[in-house]
Amino acid sequence: MNSEICLNSLWKIYGGSADSAIKQLQSGLDPLDLYQRTGLRAAVRDVSLEIQTGEIFVVMGLSGSGKSTLLRLLNGLVRPCLGEVRIQGRQLSSLSPMELNKLRREQMGMVFQSFALFPHRTVIDNAAFGLEVAGVPRPERRDLALKALERVGLGDECRKHPHQLSGGMQQRVGLARALALDPPILLMDEAFSALDPLIRSDMQELLLELQAERQRTIVFISHDLDEAIRLGDRIALMQDGQVLQCGTAQTLLSDPASPAVRHFFRDIDSAAVLDVAAIAAMPSCLLVNAAGPSAALDAFVGDPVYVLDESKRLQGVRTISNGWIEADQLATLRAGTRVRDAMPLVASLAYPPPVVDREGCFLGVITPRLLLRSLEVNV
Amino acid sequence: MLQALPFGSAYGFAAVHQAGALGLAVDAAVVWLLTYAQGLFDVVNAGVMALVAFAETLLAAPAPWSFALIVAGLGLWRVSGGFALFALLGLNLVLAMGLWDPMISTLALVLTASFLALLIGLPLGVLSARLQSVWRLLRPCLDLMQTMPAFVYLIPAVMLFSTGAVPAIIATLVFAMPPVVRLTQLGIRQVPLDLIEAGRAFGCSELQLLWKVQMPSALPTVMSGVNQTIMLALSMVVIASMIGGGGLGDVVLRGIQQLDVGLGFEGGIAVVILAVILDRLSQSLMLEGERTLEARSRRWRSLWRTP
Repeated sequence: MNSEICLNSLWKIYGGSADSAIKQLQSGLDPLDLYQRTGLRAAVRDVSLEIQTGEIFVVMGLSGSGKSTLLRLLNGLVRPCLGEVRIQGRQLSSLSPMELNKLRREQMGMVFQSFALFPHRTVIDNAAFGLEVAGVPRPERRDLALKALERVGLGDECRKHPHQLSGGMQQRVGLARALALDPPILLMDEAFSALDPLIRSDMQELLLELQAERQRTIVFISHDLDEAIRLGDRIALMQDGQVLQCGTAQTLLSDPASPAVRHFFRDIDSAAVLDVAAIAAMPSCLLVNAAGPSAALDAFVGDPVYVLDESKRLQGVRTISNGWIEADQLATLRAGTRVRDAMPLVASLAYPPPVVDREGCFLGVITPRLLLRSLEVNV
Repeated sequence: MLQALPFGSAYGFAAVHQAGALGLAVDAAVVWLLTYAQGLFDVVNAGVMALVAFAETLLAAPAPWSFALIVAGLGLWRVSGGFALFALLGLNLVLAMGLWDPMISTLALVLTASFLALLIGLPLGVLSARLQSVWRLLRPCLDLMQTMPAFVYLIPAVMLFSTGAVPAIIATLVFAMPPVVRLTQLGIRQVPLDLIEAGRAFGCSELQLLWKVQMPSALPTVMSGVNQTIMLALSMVVIASMIGGGGLGDVVLRGIQQLDVGLGFEGGIAVVILAVILDRLSQSLMLEGERTLEARSRRWRSLWRTP
């Protein structure tokens, strides 16, 4: 089983006894009615999710949608009213306070929207906080903290106090504090929301770099859909405490589960989300296992002819203007390329560029017409 | 009509000056304590006596000039050159007025009483910040301790501990403790919630949370409570001279009794000098000392700079 975090029909009600409220909500009561009648606020309603090891999982929703509560349920800062949280297969509610603290120290780092740095500590002591709490001896934790600070580009600032740093630098310290223990799970609560757009995009870059170096399970809370799409391997869309849909950005965009999901994506540039592999189609003339250029010439009627070998690898294309083009001279698109990034290539070539997967197998071609059609997915 | 009143009515107008039912109850409680808990008071008496004697010996050990130099040095390090100069001149004036010994004994009383008040008050403050029930219980007590006229503490203190330094310290302790409890509670309560959350998220135990997150963050507020307690202790110690606390209060009291304005003024000035020194030094504990050599030398140079 490789799901690192497993949530099983979690409920969290604030403001009083939850049992009857949950029953009422389960039988279809509107949470707004509940709030007006009893003052109880349903922050998380019946959320079940599985977060895989090594993925960046973005929980996206507007403020008040319960996403921050959801994150705090993961490390036990908030206790669920009903349902269970499993971290690496261990049920959170069954842990003693000591075991819970140990789990938080060794398995999870957390980064906060407000940075939450300790003002009375220097930058390096802030970064070393988790190690200090875990009882790592002073010289060793200084080394580790310094390493983490250097990784986020703050090696020279370690003697300063947090208030002497800019917002972006402060959040780098926050990130270093979470990374110092090298935890397999990283919880990020709107970590970049308080930053300027430019710095935010730098930080996103940094996070993706860190993820490429060492795959962590990152749960990232965001209210910014662009950020969610850029970072998230998968996205869970939350509204009023419920998960509307969970999947890759492309699934959410091209196959929304409800009008509310479609509504979220209405302003999104679909070209930035869609993968070329998803819109590629088979060309009108395709020869498989054929004898190369000569066979292509036979089949040639005007449209470009794509020739594959027996293992579905592209051998070449015959076009009107350029004649026969060998595979190694062809401009191809790799699966995973965003439609937006493919646009210049599609526009400049005389033939629709072929799309190949990681192993080099032919998946289809992208014609200008397909490309244009893909842009109106959510109109 | 007066006959109908249960207590003191027979004395007519004199009844105004007698204790009523509540007063009699308090009286009875003190008598009960004296009868059944005398041993406890004896132990407290001996302990406090030893403490204040130790403090006095310690403070009287250095010669006046070296004492003044030590205070001035502390001031130079923590406060400023100007303050160091003031301390030097002020202590010199006290010595010249012949009030050195009373000042030392007043200082010993203040420090002992403050030490005991902090010893009790700090944990109470921490406890009441963490447990709402303790705070709910403690708050009216603190209100009472603070608003009750200071003289009132002198009476039971004398009854329980007779006269001298010990009842003076006990009365001072009761009077001076509320600020440190209140401000410790306030300081810990005011620690930003996200810091607490960060502490917990990184796996702090309750004790680690207190020492590594709450206390450091609350320190400035707590320290201003400490400062307030010391200042209140000084003001109360002067009043406590009425029950034989000794020190500068005695000098002031003699000034009042003999209608000697000069004597009273001299005693008063000595108290003021002591108060300023205690206030500035205890306040400087709140601020982080400047560690760099450059900042330190700037302090030195400021001594010679003319404004």
